[in-house]
Amino acid sequence: MTKVVRITKGLDIPLKGEAEKIIKELPITQVAIKPTDFIGVFPKLLVKEGDPVQVGSPVFFNKYREEILFTSPVSGHITEIRRGDKRVLLEVRIEADGNQTTIDFDAADPNELSRNDIVKKMIDSGVWPLLRQRPYSVIANPSEIPKAIHIPAFDTSPLAPDYDFIVHGKGDFFQTGLDALTKLTNGNVCLNVHATQTISKVFMNSKKVQIMAYEGPHPAGNVSVHIQHSSPLNKGDVVWYLYPQDVITIGKLFKTGHYDVSTVIALTGSEVKHPVYFKSIRGAVVIGMLENNLKEGNIRIISGNVLTGTQIRPHGYVGFYNSMVTVIPEGSYYEFLGWALPGFSKFSFSRTFFSWLASKKKKYVLDTNYHGGVKAYVMTGQYEKVMPLDILPMQLIKACLVEDIDLMEGLGIYEVDEEDFALCEYLDTSKTEIQSIIRKGLDLMRKEMS
Amino acid sequence: MKALRKYIDKIKPQFQHGGRFGMLHSTFDAFETFLFVPNKTTYAGSHIRDYVDMKRTMIIVVIALVPALLFGIWNVGFQHFRSTLETVTLWDQFFFGLIKVLPIIVVSYVVGLGIEFTFAQVRKHEINEGFLVSGMLIPLIMPPGIPLWMVAVSTAFAVIIGKEVFGGTGMNLLNPALTARAFLFFAYPAHISGDRVWIAEKADAFSGATPLSQAASSIDSGVNELTYSFQDMFLGIIPGSIGETSALAILLGAFILVVTGIGSLRIMLSVVAGGVVMGGLLNLWGANTYMEIPLHYHLVMGGFAFGTVFMATDPVTATQTNRGKLIYGFLIGVFAVLIRVLNPAYPEGMMLAILLMNVFAPLIDHYVVEGNIKRRFRRMKPAKA
Repeated sequence: MTKVVRITKGLDIPLKGEAEKIIKELPITQVAIKPTDFIGVFPKLLVKEGDPVQVGSPVFFNKYREEILFTSPVSGHITEIRRGDKRVLLEVRIEADGNQTTIDFDAADPNELSRNDIVKKMIDSGVWPLLRQRPYSVIANPSEIPKAIHIPAFDTSPLAPDYDFIVHGKGDFFQTGLDALTKLTNGNVCLNVHATQTISKVFMNSKKVQIMAYEGPHPAGNVSVHIQHSSPLNKGDVVWYLYPQDVITIGKLFKTGHYDVSTVIALTGSEVKHPVYFKSIRGAVVIGMLENNLKEGNIRIISGNVLTGTQIRPHGYVGFYNSMVTVIPEGSYYEFLGWALPGFSKFSFSRTFFSWLASKKKKYVLDTNYHGGVKAYVMTGQYEKVMPLDILPMQLIKACLVEDIDLMEGLGIYEVDEEDFALCEYLDTSKTEIQSIIRKGLDLMRKEMS
Repeated sequence: MKALRKYIDKIKPQFQHGGRFGMLHSTFDAFETFLFVPNKTTYAGSHIRDYVDMKRTMIIVVIALVPALLFGIWNVGFQHFRSTLETVTLWDQFFFGLIKVLPIIVVSYVVGLGIEFTFAQVRKHEINEGFLVSGMLIPLIMPPGIPLWMVAVSTAFAVIIGKEVFGGTGMNLLNPALTARAFLFFAYPAHISGDRVWIAEKADAFSGATPLSQAASSIDSGVNELTYSFQDMFLGIIPGSIGETSALAILLGAFILVVTGIGSLRIMLSVVAGGVVMGGLLNLWGANTYMEIPLHYHLVMGGFAFGTVFMATDPVTATQTNRGKLIYGFLIGVFAVLIRVLNPAYPEGMMLAILLMNVFAPLIDHYVVEGNIKRRFRRMKPAKA
């Protein structure tokens, strides 16, 4: 067994509503590609409303990097192009015809292709956007050669899907995907597994990869943690990363020649009657999973996990990078003297509520209420308890707030992503929007460096 | 509660921008959020938030102060009747103390909160909860016989000069409660030092010397004049500031702070370590009787225990980095003992040590942050070579 990295700082939030390990098939009806899922992409449309598309037809490209195409995951026609304020493109909706007629990108053995051929095939078919890079978490630049490629094979975020379960029986595709990835970097392809919970042969028998094992509370599964422990990111370095289902999509492309983005999506959360897994497609409309499956009351649907996900409407679509949907209660209520109550059922990282006396196995229903007002920064030392990276969280947040580029760089802005600060934001006594502060810092840095 | 909520919702528009009482928005907001946790929900980022908020945090600190407060109230009465040689019941002692202490608390809160509300109102800020704690800390570090107007003046000074001019809660450099005490110490020294002020309405014949002043006068006389045992000082049945005397009651508070995760155990332990190390060094030197006082006495004399648990751990004025906290705490311990032993003109070394280190806290943090940055740049070099 490989060396195990033990993460001690962090927190597993015990939410109710973990998905049962059953996969239900969901008919493909409607999908949307949301340009807002892709950081730093300025979309230029290639289609109009009413245009027919096949699986793999380009839908839009990135104005600032024209070679990267975003393609349709279904065959059918474009039903609506939704725009928001200042005509920002929000969604391209595509109605599926059910036939899934596919453009053929030619099957090929990646071991026999050159790097350029592999890159071209991935770009043409539209799988390239699955590859993202650190720093900044933007789509990888095909002309760069990354120091390493990381694949986290487990997720520690609240109610996260079990990748072991999802990839079951797809070992062939997974290995082909890995074969293609190894050609893209001169360094290692790192498969980061959980020390005890990852047992799937798909992961453990993978070849040509460096397997590293981690254990500990969330964020032990975050790719930033893995990068820091294998080879920390310095200024000028680039590391690419993607997730197991993305590797399978790439593998399918080389095995079959098709752009096949069928994925398994976990439906979780306390407000779901039967939380299970669904076999669906990237960008699928969520209503199919939710119909007759929600509890009464005011609810919030989140594409992704509760810490980093995006709020969507019941007729909204799963995000491109998300493999879970979480449904929790809305918290728009007043609580009389709520701050003074003993709070036996109020889960808190601090032990200021008596819930800390409860069993560690107890699961909680948590809502979207702030549970307090936004205040000046007073408490210190809280963020450090959930920050396993060698980062001074409070100082980096403040550097981002004052837009001090040199200080941000010195304090390691390249090594982090907003998701690494999600727990800090969760437990912040001052109730500030830490993730958006970090995102603004990253965006500023990206502009300065380009 | 629904009726109350309905009433608040009904009058709320009048207090909002453009309403009849629009200028009292901050005040209304303070009362509304005191009664009801707001219904505001998240929209992005982390969709769930911890139940802990600033009000909960501050109320926990106030709860942690209660043992010291209750003991202090009783001890004020106890010391008074001891000096007058009367024998009275426990309740009489407590009642006497209550009459002495309660007005000080009321004055501290009324003056402090009045200024806080005014500033928040003028700045159109929400009202911060920080003064809930400061307002309780200030009475506890006052001598029991302090004139109320002095409490008012020093509280006003602390809140305005110590806090508001820097931008309010979260921005201040100096601990507000200690600023109040330091102001009194230098502006009205006769009322906050000497042997007369530490017992309320002391009988003249009785010596009201605190352990600190006894220890200080030991230097001149050359004999150890300390009449209180370690046990007396640990339990707190000695003259002194209202809430500072009982190390036991303070330890109870420390327990609450540490268990809830609100007080920094890191700072508390390093202050004690600093005090022990400095006390030990002075023991070794042993040039005068004060230096020979056993080092564990330093931990229970004067404001050392109270300062360690409630003042040094103030998150706003302490260092913010974990490594910085160790250095900051240790130096407080060292300076507190150093000042009280080597400069008997300032018997209360703890107050000065904490204020001094408050000023140095940003500097300590600066070097810790620089260390992190340098480590990152060092890591880069071998990669390039």
